[in-house]
Amino acid sequence: MNRGHLPSMMKAYKRLPDPAGHFGPFGGRYVSEALMPAILELEEAYCRISGDPSFQQQLSRLLQDFAGRPTPLFFAERLTSYVGGAAVYLKREDLAHTGAHKINNTLGQALLASRMGKRKLIAETGAGQHGVATACAAALFGMECRIFMGTEDIGRQSLNVQRMRMMGAQVIEVKSGSRTLKDAMNEAMRYWLEAVADTYYVIGSVAGPHPYPMMVRDFQKVIGEEVKHQMQRAAHRLPNALLACVGGGSNAMGLFYPFLEEDIELIGVEAAGKGIEKGEHAASIGEGRVGVLHGSKSYVLQNADGQIREAYSISAGLDYPGVGPEHAFLKGTGRARYVAVTDEEALSAFGLLCRLEGIIPALESSHALAWAMREARLRSKKDLLVVNLSGRGDKDLGVFSAGPNKSEEGKLK
Amino acid sequence: MNRIESTFRRLRANNEKALVGFVTAGDPDMEKSLSLVSSMCAAGLDMLELGVPFSDPTADGPIIQRSSLRALAAGINVGSVLEMIAALRPQSQVPIIVFSYYNPLLAYGAAVFHRDALDAGADGVLVVDLPPEESDEFTREWPDERLCLIRLTTPATSLERMEQITSSASGFIYHVSKLGVTGSAGLQFDEINLKVKALRSLTRLPVCVGFGISTPQHIASVAEMADGVVVGSAFESLIEQNVGREGLSDLLSARVAAFKRATLALS
Repeated sequence: MNRGHLPSMMKAYKRLPDPAGHFGPFGGRYVSEALMPAILELEEAYCRISGDPSFQQQLSRLLQDFAGRPTPLFFAERLTSYVGGAAVYLKREDLAHTGAHKINNTLGQALLASRMGKRKLIAETGAGQHGVATACAAALFGMECRIFMGTEDIGRQSLNVQRMRMMGAQVIEVKSGSRTLKDAMNEAMRYWLEAVADTYYVIGSVAGPHPYPMMVRDFQKVIGEEVKHQMQRAAHRLPNALLACVGGGSNAMGLFYPFLEEDIELIGVEAAGKGIEKGEHAASIGEGRVGVLHGSKSYVLQNADGQIREAYSISAGLDYPGVGPEHAFLKGTGRARYVAVTDEEALSAFGLLCRLEGIIPALESSHALAWAMREARLRSKKDLLVVNLSGRGDKDLGVFSAGPNKSEEGKLK
Repeated sequence: MNRIESTFRRLRANNEKALVGFVTAGDPDMEKSLSLVSSMCAAGLDMLELGVPFSDPTADGPIIQRSSLRALAAGINVGSVLEMIAALRPQSQVPIIVFSYYNPLLAYGAAVFHRDALDAGADGVLVVDLPPEESDEFTREWPDERLCLIRLTTPATSLERMEQITSSASGFIYHVSKLGVTGSAGLQFDEINLKVKALRSLTRLPVCVGFGISTPQHIASVAEMADGVVVGSAFESLIEQNVGREGLSDLLSARVAAFKRATLALS
């Protein structure tokens, strides 16, 4: 890709954002004045507390004993031989407690909240994985928990709604706008405006105002750090490329960040929905323009007047018209490449992984998997690809209740 | 002297307080909105805040969210809000503030907005989600200071931060009366008074107070402390309940007159 000019500019990547939360022209703190004191307090607390060794020790212990880390790096042998190209490794975040990478971040933020003396958590959720992981952390720390979730997502992710309620969270239905993740985030921000004095807002992605994009990335980078060690152990070298799905982009940033200054390709996979040309998609980086949504500047799906467009994806976790500012920066510098995969391609990859490897992936992760298969086919057998299997797909089985997806069945027999 | 300054000077000379009205521009459509706003100005409004509708108004309660949706359905954008201001100008010289979230202005372009807003006859702009930390990118392309950038303070603003905000503000200070979205209940007059006094120790700019002010009693209490009282959701809710009815214009005018009387009650 851009290997020719990479080494000279790679050194500064891990030092971002700057003190004001900017990743080049992206990021920042675009929030109403009422939230500024809370955001500044959070930044100060995060910098102070995360530098405390006892905080990091306590978090590592929780990640190990409670969340089940490290998660395995698994060589998908049958998938690799089916595709016939580069070797495909899966980072098994689906095996983390609550079934996705989201727990890495919610444990970190809940621990931070408890050290800040806040006893109430709020969060937005799309697919429900972040909601479940927040509800879980709240239960673990004995905190009150409210989860904002769009009506549309409550319908398609009912299993996760039940899990949140079982763990004592109150699920608040959001009926405004497109009734998905974007609107859940709007409503969580409105609630926070009023409750800001005693309530901690656990943002689930590398989005939102500074310090969230930095902080969530820091809590997720454990994914990439583990991959580094595990790949060395398995193959005595680093991989050639890393792939992850990108909605807001937290699992991708968590995988990419430790490798930003290495000569390794980074590929983010957005949701092309029913097809980019049909206009029903969630490819904010690929198709959006620079704008401000939910507190930071990044690529946003919007019309010429600056009104936010509704995103679409079969996968609730990718159904978001914005993307984290660090991804916008990585695209701008050419450090990472962003592509998009349709609903149909993702469903097909989903079915294949179930049958070839006995793993039911989340629809979100299936997007990364679909592109990895395409990528593997074009590459030498010596290449190593790592796909972040960010979550498990139990929550998505309802999508198939309308009728099983037969498209790949013939090929497999 | 701009219209904001001259208005507050005139009001002070008469020992009056400003009644500031917020209305979403283009609700329910451009033509009706223009006639409603025009009659409000004629009925005694001292300053007008025209809201640019936005798809994701994260600081607004349900009433202004719905008014934004009606205006968006009517196709209102930044350009049409400026057209509306230009159309109002022959009839009224009340100061007009464009009230917006940042993204529609960013899409319109900062320098172009400055030029077109002044050409249309706007006096200031208030950008809900553009704190002092980020506003330089918006104002650095402005060739002069004829367009005021109105700053907000809130109950959560510390004295130190108030100092930072007032030092870069112009026109007037908009103090948000309470934490929460627009239109919500629960005013604490003692706290408002303390904040307004703190602001007065830092700036000579007039201080207007808004959010959650919906009755003549609220207005009378706030007018005692501040230079101006902002009413938004109470007007929007009247528009919503009577949209499509013939008497709406008269209802709004009567409400403006009653609210203006409330600002005078104690002076």
